[in-house]
Amino acid sequence: MTTGELYQRDREWHPAALTPDYKTSVLRSPRNALLSLQNSASELTGPTFGEADIDPIDNDLIRNYAQTGDPIGERIILHGRVLDENARPVPNTLVEIWQANAGGRYRHKKDSYLAPIDPNFGGCGRTLTDAEGRYVFRTVKPGAYPWRNWVNNWRPAHIHVSVFGTAFAQRLITQLYFEGDPLIAHCPILKSIPDQRAIDQLIAALDLNATVPLDSIAYKFDIVLRGARSTFFESRPEGN
Amino acid sequence: MVQSLNYLKETASQTAGPYVHIGLAPGAAGFDIYREELGRDIAGPNAGGQEITVTGTVFDGTGAPVKDVLIEVWQANAQGSYPGMGAVEEGFRGWGRVIPDFDSGVYSFRSVKPGPVMGRNTRQMAPHLNLWLVARGINIGLSTRMYFGDEEAANAKDPVLSLIENPERRNTLIARKEGDTYHFDIHLQGDGETVFFDL
Repeated sequence: MTTGELYQRDREWHPAALTPDYKTSVLRSPRNALLSLQNSASELTGPTFGEADIDPIDNDLIRNYAQTGDPIGERIILHGRVLDENARPVPNTLVEIWQANAGGRYRHKKDSYLAPIDPNFGGCGRTLTDAEGRYVFRTVKPGAYPWRNWVNNWRPAHIHVSVFGTAFAQRLITQLYFEGDPLIAHCPILKSIPDQRAIDQLIAALDLNATVPLDSIAYKFDIVLRGARSTFFESRPEGN
Repeated sequence: MVQSLNYLKETASQTAGPYVHIGLAPGAAGFDIYREELGRDIAGPNAGGQEITVTGTVFDGTGAPVKDVLIEVWQANAQGSYPGMGAVEEGFRGWGRVIPDFDSGVYSFRSVKPGPVMGRNTRQMAPHLNLWLVARGINIGLSTRMYFGDEEAANAKDPVLSLIENPERRNTLIARKEGDTYHFDIHLQGDGETVFFDL
């Protein structure tokens, strides 16, 4: 549970529900205004997870589904920190990722893209942040792939990221992209975000300092969850 | 110029996409990878209180089922305690993940009925489940609540339901009881659009 109420979510920073260039949003977006709710225990509490819930290999996508050898692809270390808007680390929080393989194909019974399934790659991982909010995964860089939106849309290489924090109202799912990918500028899903600075924040930076020489290249991706107010002055008990 | 506040900005949301199950429920995507998938059991083996089944369908603006939705549930135990806030039964996580049948779009899950929870300004909230929906086409997770149709008196005094000006819309958050099962459909858009919150 957080110590205080959360800062208001900046809805002009996030994508709107209705973003017609991402066509599926047209029928899956509420038309009524969201009802603004001040936080109660229902929003300020949230599930917690511990070492007993996961296995150490779960954050190693090169090994966690390997059958006959390593998966095909560019080996990468993905690391960063989970922080809140006050720049404080969020420790012991669950980070889950999922992604396509190096050819751009997902191991999902609903994905029929012609690129092959990699027998040694599952495409998901999970880990807990440490006391300083740090997390690390090892995986292969996902490939770009086409998707049905306009006739010829390609998703930039991306990894889906799910994070909890301590309050259920901090819950966040996003996607991380890779520095230098020319498809980033053409993606209707990325362009659902109105502010270029918010887009830039989703692009993981090449981090040569974190590479494993002669083995794996590295990208750094920090994640920021909603911050909580310090309770300098409590609201009057019968206030507002 | 003034001093900089130096707050960080929250990472922007992006849709969970059609393959969210790979990450959050790989068994449903068609493969077995983890020792234990998280969120399969909301209440755990020792939870007291009334056992419930909740079932329903999430619909889009044309009334078609949203078959690739993933719903997360967060709830108090039968005494109205959330884990981390008060004492709960051993193994009570209060959180789970729910996905519908990929063919029909009907979801169903089991839990225990939560107790009333103390809300703001010491006003008690009627028993409710907190729900968070993600899917392809949903750019930022949608938050709503499910209340219980057999809690009429408590619902009438609930401080959150009371914020909804139109009584018809209030009913979009109240599950219908039939036997031991609560029916709760969610309409993302259009007729009977569910009330969603900015928390």
